[in-house]
Amino acid sequence: MDLNLNLIWFILLGVLLAGYAILDGFDLGVGMLHLFVRDNTERRILLNSIGPLWDGNEVWLVVFGGATFAAFPGAYATAFSGFYLAFMLLLLALISRAVSIEFRSKATHPLWRSFWDTAFFLGSLLATFLYGVAVGNTMVGLPIAADQEFAGDFMDLLRPYALLVGLFAVATFLTHGSIYLYLKTEGTLQQRIHGWMWTTFGFFLVMYLLTTIVTIVQFPDSTRNFREHPWIWVVVLLNVLAIANIPRAIYVQRPYYAFVSSAATIAAFTFLFGLALYPNLIVSTLGPEKNLTIYNAASTKETLSIMLIIALLGMPFVLSYTAVVYWIFRGKVQIGESSY
Amino acid sequence: MELDTFTLSRLQFALTIMFHYLFPPLSIGLGVLMAIMEGMYLRTHDPHYHAMTRFWVRIFAVNFAVGVASGIVMEFQFGTNWSRYARFVGDVFGSALAAEGIFAFFLESGFLSVLVFGWDRVSPPIHFVATCMVALGSMFSAVWIVVANSFMQTPAGYRIEMTQTGRRAVVADFWAVLFSPSSVERLVHVLLGAWILGAFFVMSISAWYLIHRRHEEFARRSFTIAMWFGALSLIAIWISGDSQARKVAHTQPAKLAALEGHLHASNEGTSLTLFGLPDPKEDRIDYQIGIPGLLSFLVYGDFHKPVRALDQFSPQDRPPLAIPFSTYHLMLAVASILPLVLAYALWQWWRGRLFTQRWLLWCFVVAVIGPYLANQSGWVCAEVGRQPWIVYGQLRTSEAFSPSVPAGQVGASLCMFGVMYALLFAVWVYVLNRKIQHGPEPVPGGPEATSAEDLLEAAARYGGAAPFSMTEAKG
Repeated sequence: MDLNLNLIWFILLGVLLAGYAILDGFDLGVGMLHLFVRDNTERRILLNSIGPLWDGNEVWLVVFGGATFAAFPGAYATAFSGFYLAFMLLLLALISRAVSIEFRSKATHPLWRSFWDTAFFLGSLLATFLYGVAVGNTMVGLPIAADQEFAGDFMDLLRPYALLVGLFAVATFLTHGSIYLYLKTEGTLQQRIHGWMWTTFGFFLVMYLLTTIVTIVQFPDSTRNFREHPWIWVVVLLNVLAIANIPRAIYVQRPYYAFVSSAATIAAFTFLFGLALYPNLIVSTLGPEKNLTIYNAASTKETLSIMLIIALLGMPFVLSYTAVVYWIFRGKVQIGESSY
Repeated sequence: MELDTFTLSRLQFALTIMFHYLFPPLSIGLGVLMAIMEGMYLRTHDPHYHAMTRFWVRIFAVNFAVGVASGIVMEFQFGTNWSRYARFVGDVFGSALAAEGIFAFFLESGFLSVLVFGWDRVSPPIHFVATCMVALGSMFSAVWIVVANSFMQTPAGYRIEMTQTGRRAVVADFWAVLFSPSSVERLVHVLLGAWILGAFFVMSISAWYLIHRRHEEFARRSFTIAMWFGALSLIAIWISGDSQARKVAHTQPAKLAALEGHLHASNEGTSLTLFGLPDPKEDRIDYQIGIPGLLSFLVYGDFHKPVRALDQFSPQDRPPLAIPFSTYHLMLAVASILPLVLAYALWQWWRGRLFTQRWLLWCFVVAVIGPYLANQSGWVCAEVGRQPWIVYGQLRTSEAFSPSVPAGQVGASLCMFGVMYALLFAVWVYVLNRKIQHGPEPVPGGPEATSAEDLLEAAARYGGAAPFSMTEAKG
């Protein structure tokens, strides 16, 4: 693996994807969990735990899309048109989320509120599931013809493996979200969320084992990079340790460690996903010569370097004010007059 | 018209971009006005300015949410529906979109949370910084979008290369892409259009309060700030519009001919069309009224030099006539009426009679429709006037859509967007109306706190370290 601009952008896209999954992961999780509280006050606490943050988190996905377009326009064009209906459903889900959290508090009628609450739940669930399905389909590969266009139909995307990864994503974000909620709440609500952490982690563990086994059995080729680069096993080991640390940290009442561990777990998954693909972006099931790689689907060197300068100029600012915003809204949720 | 993938994708793009563009101009315009109001509050510590900022921030937040939600669609749609376009321009166009994300979206969304939720968490100066950052972020967004779109209008700084999937444009000179022949003029025009919309939006709601004798101090001050901001922007947009039209004449002559309804070549000076009814079937303009020679003068500074007509372009390179012509003249009509209304209002304001003339206030309640129409129709004439090209002179729109997407799927998504946007629009109007009915929070110290003691008292109450702590934690 020589470090060149194409590889740098492959890595940067991985960073954006991991950033998105870690940050939006917890607020998608909260979106799936918020129906399971006892009353409106508790629900407001849950929604306001992500209130100031979810919008910025979602920008990571938008920037991931934009950066893919800029760095690997071939892959952007193929994947977005190939997954047409899936992306339209994802848009439906993301729009529902964005408007329902904003609109629910603007009127008090119970029907109004339950409509937007349901929309927020379904939007979060659907977005998470589709996110996993996209990852699963990318692992399996797509029927890509020589002109780099998708040559299948929608049913090609509903494969059992992709659906399995979709459920795995749901389990992962549920766990991540419930740990986040434990950090942001107090009192009896927090005690109940303690139970949610165990339940969701159990679901996650089952899905993790299942997905790992099926992946190794069904796609032996996904570990080919491991043989060339044995240091990757260190990441696998760290991944397993991070997963194991989640229940330990919950048990010894160190929820921050649990949250950091689940964030590290998500980062490691993204990393391993990237390694399973490298150097491909989209695998063609019609023959390896039709694969879209980080070379044949990329922009020119000039554009990749301009983009790198833009990223190096912009990202330090992004990271610093993201950190400032998280710091400003640190601590337990407090409902005030500007809350949702 | 056959409902194939190509046509449906165009319809979907038109629907989604026009719906989306209801919201960003208001964010841009209102953002500047909020920053001015909060700046006034920091200077004067007058609680009225504080109440004004808080009210307009609430309106801004609702508008922003729908803008974000409908904006994600745009970011995805180049790939989902226009894959061959994405392959062709990705090297140039993608960078602008990515830069928009990194420089604008993160800035907006990060500081928006402080703006909306941070009143009792940060000090007033920090909150003011957040307001300015959100306003700046929304304008940065316009910068990159206009840069990207200007590449489609007046491509520059690129070369064409062949790949395994066909031709594509690649960056040859990044600065030439950034400062393409039209990008600066167009950016100025887009921003001014948004500022005017923001100004008329604020004046509309304020006028409504004044008519109903509610929140009068709030409404008078908001109206006055917006009126001056709108007046300056309106003067500027005439200058900007003139320079932009001249640019179109030189860079996209076929578009200008369609906008002006200038169909047939002649050896005399070309007239500036003031009015006409396009007949799309006959390619003819009925009841055309114009000022002879004026277009020649505006473009070339010479009343007798002819401007190129539509029939001097080969038929396959001609834009359609009816839509560009009528939207362009609609925009001009709005731009002609608004200054008259505003000039009269300024005169009445000068004589101290503005806020008591109900008919004039009613004019302002409805006048906000004008800038909305002008912003929409300006973009429509720019985009439709570029046809049949998606990248002017380089790639035809008919060669740009996604070949792998079946028409049925685009039809389904088009229906989905139609239903969803109708619902969203209704909810947006409903929520906005509730916010307006609810109005700004009452100002402590009474509505007419003008004596020195009152001001000092109010300043003391609001000038402390955590002046916005009106909230109680409820567990």
